[in-house]
Amino acid sequence: MNLNGKKITIHDMSLRDGMHAKRHQISLEQMISVASGLDAAGVPMIEVTHGDGLAGASVNYGFPAHTDEEYLRAVRPHVKNAKISALLLPGIGTVPELEMAADCGVDTIRVATHCTEADVSEQHINKSRELGLDTVGFLMMAHMVGPEKLIEQARLMEGYGANCIYVTDSAGYMLPDDVTQRLMAVREALQPETELGFHGHHNLSLGVINSLAAVEAGANRIDGSAAGMGAGAGNTPLEVFVAVTERMGVETGVDLFKLMDVAEDLVVPMLDQPIRVDRDALTLGYAGVYSSFLLFAKRAQQRYGVSSRDVLVELGRRGMIGGQEDMIEDVAMEMANAQGVQQ
Amino acid sequence: MSKINAALIGSGNIGTDLLYKALRSDWINPVWMVGIDADSEGLARARKLGLKTTHEGVDGMVPHMQEDKVQICFDATSAYVHGENNRKVQAQGSIMIDLTPAAVGPFCVPPVNLKDHVGKGELNVNMVTCGGQATIPMVAAVSRVQPVSYGEIVATVSSKSAGPGTRKNIDEFTQTTAGAVEKVGGAKQGKAIIILNPAEPPLMMRDTVHCMTEDEPNQAAITESIQEMIREVQKYVPGYRLKNGPVFDGNRVTVFMEVEGLGDYLPKYAGNLDIMTAAGLRTAEMFAEEIINGTLVLQPEVA
Repeated sequence: MNLNGKKITIHDMSLRDGMHAKRHQISLEQMISVASGLDAAGVPMIEVTHGDGLAGASVNYGFPAHTDEEYLRAVRPHVKNAKISALLLPGIGTVPELEMAADCGVDTIRVATHCTEADVSEQHINKSRELGLDTVGFLMMAHMVGPEKLIEQARLMEGYGANCIYVTDSAGYMLPDDVTQRLMAVREALQPETELGFHGHHNLSLGVINSLAAVEAGANRIDGSAAGMGAGAGNTPLEVFVAVTERMGVETGVDLFKLMDVAEDLVVPMLDQPIRVDRDALTLGYAGVYSSFLLFAKRAQQRYGVSSRDVLVELGRRGMIGGQEDMIEDVAMEMANAQGVQQ
Repeated sequence: MSKINAALIGSGNIGTDLLYKALRSDWINPVWMVGIDADSEGLARARKLGLKTTHEGVDGMVPHMQEDKVQICFDATSAYVHGENNRKVQAQGSIMIDLTPAAVGPFCVPPVNLKDHVGKGELNVNMVTCGGQATIPMVAAVSRVQPVSYGEIVATVSSKSAGPGTRKNIDEFTQTTAGAVEKVGGAKQGKAIIILNPAEPPLMMRDTVHCMTEDEPNQAAITESIQEMIREVQKYVPGYRLKNGPVFDGNRVTVFMEVEGLGDYLPKYAGNLDIMTAAGLRTAEMFAEEIINGTLVLQPEVA
């Protein structure tokens, strides 16, 4: 693979996707310290919000230690060079929260929908563009459809005003060829000036290689997390990805050693559990299940005495998508009842 | 028995499903369907069933409302155009049952507060959203037992059953539903989440309701109240079922509902259509009864 001379923009997820791994309990001090460290390491984009985006605070997804507004206002003044982004999932977050984030000084809004439902993002993409923000359309669970459907949905978001489209492997299910196929097709279908991004999860340990495949296919924005802190087995571990790209001659503008120090000295000590491909995280990647279901499935196992792996496989079989955390407890109860009947 | 003539504004999923239910009503006689697309399937079905139709929006029907004695209109378009539709039909002396999330008029969730709307002379009532109709009875079932500090609902509908209006109005959906979880459901704070799931074959509508009670939940009383409320909803939506729960976890009370439709327009998975249209029709029938009894007198504005 020859990526020599390519320029890409790295986007850190540890303070948003990492919120899943931290059950949304990252403190303001930790947010500030990690964001400042990333900024000093030259990471050009940093996402900050509840793991499920603006207004994700809920029984369903978990109540965070602080509101989105508290996090954004705390972090913003400490970040000198990097852009700050906020995620918004239509159906959870609404335009008023988007306006709040803009008021807090975010530079980028990423509007995320399931990969077949882009037409729910019109209000939010329109508003973000109207506010003059860098506006990303983020197609989640993109392994569930082929390139043609992704093209159609990407064009919808581009038509609403998104200046960048992401193909998102929310389940960490894609193989490198899956990434290549989808990214190449979407790249070709979009206007040349529209940027293309890839967001991976490391459930099959393919975060780094999939991100390289994405760059080769024409992506110029790549998501990852310092120390991989993110849902499931985490996101593409950013310091590893940056090391590899540096070896390959890709320009990221990131200071590798500083980023390694952020990961090792700031993020790893924060972790409640190691970010690794454990049995359940592997099941996510193997069965194509939304990565943030991980800790919920483990809790369901504790409460209902059913196997978290079986619950995750069943959720995948039923075609559950991002945001359906409520169905984890529902499926666990159903399985527990069925087991009770058998005994 | 005489019936009140009604018009269906909007020829999409909701309007067409409502048409079939209205044709079975003892109180409502659907005479008009209004669309904006000449090729709309809903309009074609309505014509076949003997209704008058127009594809020129409400303006195409307004000149005929007096001679056709249209006294009840259902708006199944979108929150964005509801205001105009409402003004135009009210000027013709019709009341408006609003099935968009515009929330211009007071909220109506029939098993919870239909009787509060009797005798008020209201000319516009809002049916909240499909997610609201499916979940607010459960919030109310808990809050009538003991105070609920927070009510949260997650409505999951199949992608196929969510038309362009719902998709364009997704913010209005969450905002209106959350507002009604408070105002009608009785939660001090409300939150609503909607998920569109594209699985094939399509998933049946699912609704998860989380209530946080202020004090320790009275499990027996809440369980009984929930069962009783489910029976109330089943009177007009027979496929409204408790799938799991109630779960009691500290002060959290969670119920997992499933809503199967009658399959009047879209197949039975689209319980979200039924719960909305059946609630809208139930509300309209209450007003029709008032009009027929002479307790509600409607008059067109003098031009």
